[in-house]
Amino acid sequence: MRRRVLPGFGLSLGFAVTYLGLIVLLPLAALAWKASDVGLAGILKLLASPRTLAALKLSFGGALLAAGLNVVVGLMVTWALVRYRFPGRRILDALIDLPFALPTAVAGIALTAIYAPNGWFGRWLVPLGIQVAYTPLGVLLAMVFVGFPFVVRTLQPVLQSLEREVEDAAETLGATGLQTFLRVVLPTLVPTLLTGFALALARAVGEYGSVIFIAGNIPLRSEIAPLLIVQRLDEFDYATAAALGVVMLTFSLVLLVLVSALQRWTRRWAEQSA
Amino acid sequence: MTLALKRLSRHFPDIAALDDVSLDIAPGEFVALVGPSGSGKTTLLRILAGLDYPDEGSVTQNGQDFLAASARERNVGLVFQHYALFGHLTVRENVAFGLRVRPRRRRPSRDQIRVRVDELLKRVQLAELGNRYPSQLSGGQRQRVALARALAVEPDVLLLDEPFGALDAQVRTALRRWLRELHEELGLTTVFVTHDQEEALELADRIVVMNKGRIEQVGRPHEVYKDPETPFVCEFIGRTNRIALERRANTWGAGSWSLPAGASGGLFHSAVGYVRPEHLSLSVPEGQPAWEARLRHVYLAGSIAHLDIYVADIDQTLEVDVASEDLGRGALTPGAVLRVAPTRLVTFPLGDGPAGAPVLGERWIMRGPNSTS
Repeated sequence: MRRRVLPGFGLSLGFAVTYLGLIVLLPLAALAWKASDVGLAGILKLLASPRTLAALKLSFGGALLAAGLNVVVGLMVTWALVRYRFPGRRILDALIDLPFALPTAVAGIALTAIYAPNGWFGRWLVPLGIQVAYTPLGVLLAMVFVGFPFVVRTLQPVLQSLEREVEDAAETLGATGLQTFLRVVLPTLVPTLLTGFALALARAVGEYGSVIFIAGNIPLRSEIAPLLIVQRLDEFDYATAAALGVVMLTFSLVLLVLVSALQRWTRRWAEQSA
Repeated sequence: MTLALKRLSRHFPDIAALDDVSLDIAPGEFVALVGPSGSGKTTLLRILAGLDYPDEGSVTQNGQDFLAASARERNVGLVFQHYALFGHLTVRENVAFGLRVRPRRRRPSRDQIRVRVDELLKRVQLAELGNRYPSQLSGGQRQRVALARALAVEPDVLLLDEPFGALDAQVRTALRRWLRELHEELGLTTVFVTHDQEEALELADRIVVMNKGRIEQVGRPHEVYKDPETPFVCEFIGRTNRIALERRANTWGAGSWSLPAGASGGLFHSAVGYVRPEHLSLSVPEGQPAWEARLRHVYLAGSIAHLDIYVADIDQTLEVDVASEDLGRGALTPGAVLRVAPTRLVTFPLGDGPAGAPVLGERWIMRGPNSTS
C-alpha cells in the first residue's frame, strides 16, 4: 500500500466501519431478520390492507409535502437571516433550533392545544371550516414543525458564503433582480436545498411523538405508519411490526437515493473539477 | 463619450472613501486608478458601475446624467479580481449570459448569440474550452472568460477591478500585454483599478494616483514618474530615496553634500528631497560636494543592478540602480568606497511646526552639476 500523508487511515476506517455496523446496520439487520417471520407474502398481504396503505400514504405523502413546504419557507427565512440586519435577528436565529431541542411530545401537545377547537388558533379557524387538530392537516403541521430547522441550518452557511460579486456581475450584465435570483443564485443553492429537503423528509417520515398528539389517529384518515407499528408492538405482534418497519425503511431508502441522485445531477458543474 | 466626474464624495461610517474627486475620461482612453488599499479607487469604480452611489457630486456622459441609470441600464462591462463567474454555467453560457437576460425585443436570436459567443471566445483564445465549467479552468483562463462575458454586451465603458491581482506573476505579465493589445484593437474606454504601480505605468494612457479618497496626481505614466507632484506620489510610484535636507547660507544640503539653493525655497529652513535610484552619481570628482558611501550589496536584476549603499554621514542606506554592464567598469564590489551625489531631486519644503508637515503646493526640482537629465 502507498504511504499516506495522514496517519491513522487504517484505524479510522476500521473504527468507522465497526461503529456504523454496530449502531446502524446491526439493528436494521435484526429488523429484516424479524420481518422474515411473516415472509414476502405476509408483507404483501399487509400492504393490501386499506388501513396500512392509508397510513403509509399519509406518512410519506405528508412528509414529502412538509419537506417541500420547509424548503420554500426555509429559503425565505434563511435569506432574511443572512442578507438583512434587523433588530431581533439573533433571537430569531436562536429560535430556529427550538424544534431540535424540544421533546417532540411537548411540541405535539403545544400544537394540539393551540389548534384544538377551543385553542388559541383553533377557536377562530374551526368556524371558518379549517380544522387542523385531529386531521391530516395537523399531521402535516407537526411534520413541518420538526423538519424546519434542517433546511435553515443546511442552507445558512452556503448562503453566507455566496460571493456577492457574482450577483453584482449579473446586474451589470443587465439581469433584473428576479433574473439574478432565478438564473444565478437559485441554481447554486439547489443542491443544498435538496440536502435540506432530504433531511426534513427523513425526519418527518420517522416523526412519532409530536404527530400522534395532534393527529387524533383516526384509522384511514389521520393515522401515521409509525403508530401502526407501535400498535402491533402493543399487541406483541413483533413480526408484523418488523414487517411494517421494513416497508417504511425500503420506501425511505428509495426516496433518499433518488434525492441524492438528483443532487449529484444538479451539482454536475462542481463534481468534475480539473 | 466623455465621462465627466465632478466633485464626487462618498462617506462610509468611519472613513471618507471618496473626498471631492473630479476627473474627465476621454473616449477610448485607458485610465488606471492606482493607490494603496483604502484609497477609494474601488469605490470610484463601483460608482461608475452603478453598484454604489456617491453622497455628493455628479457623473455625466456627454452631458447626460450617468448616475440616473441603474447598473443594468448603464451598459458597462465589469471585471472583478476574483472573476465572479457563474460556477454552474459553462464558459459559453457565462459569455452568453448578458445577451440571454435581455428583454425579448432586444434579445438576439439563439443563432446570433451562438455566433457572437464563438467570436468572443476566439478573441480571448478560449475557443476550445467553451463547454467547460469555470472550476475546470486556470486563473488566467477564468479572467479571460470574465472579460469575454463583459465584452459580450458591447459596453460603452470597460471597468476592471484589480483584474490580475489573483494571478501569478508570469500569467499576469502575459495578460497585461494582451489586454493592452485588445484595448488598442477595440478602442474601448477602459478604467482599470490596481494597487500595483508598475502595472499602471506599463498599461495606462493616463494614471490617476489616489490616496485617502483624494486624487494626488493625474498624468501620463512618464510624467507622473518623472514629476511627482506630492510626497505621496514620490513614494508610491516607482522606487525612491527620501533624504532630509537643511537650508544653509545659500545652499540646500544633507551631511557633506550640498547644492546651491538659487531661488528655490528661500522661505524655508528644512525640506525633504526624493531621489530616484537612477539619479545618484557614484563617481563624483574630488572638489565637488559628495557623500562618502560604502557599497553594501549588489542585487543583479537582469539588465540593471540594484545597489545598496550606506552613507555614514547621514546614517542612511540608499538604493542605486546602475546598468549591469557598468558593474565591472566601476569596481562596484561590496565594500568599495564611493563618492556619491544626487543628480536630480524632487524637493518639498517642510513647515516650521514641530510635526514638520510638508507645505502644500510648494515643490521644486534640483539638479546636480553632473546631471544629464
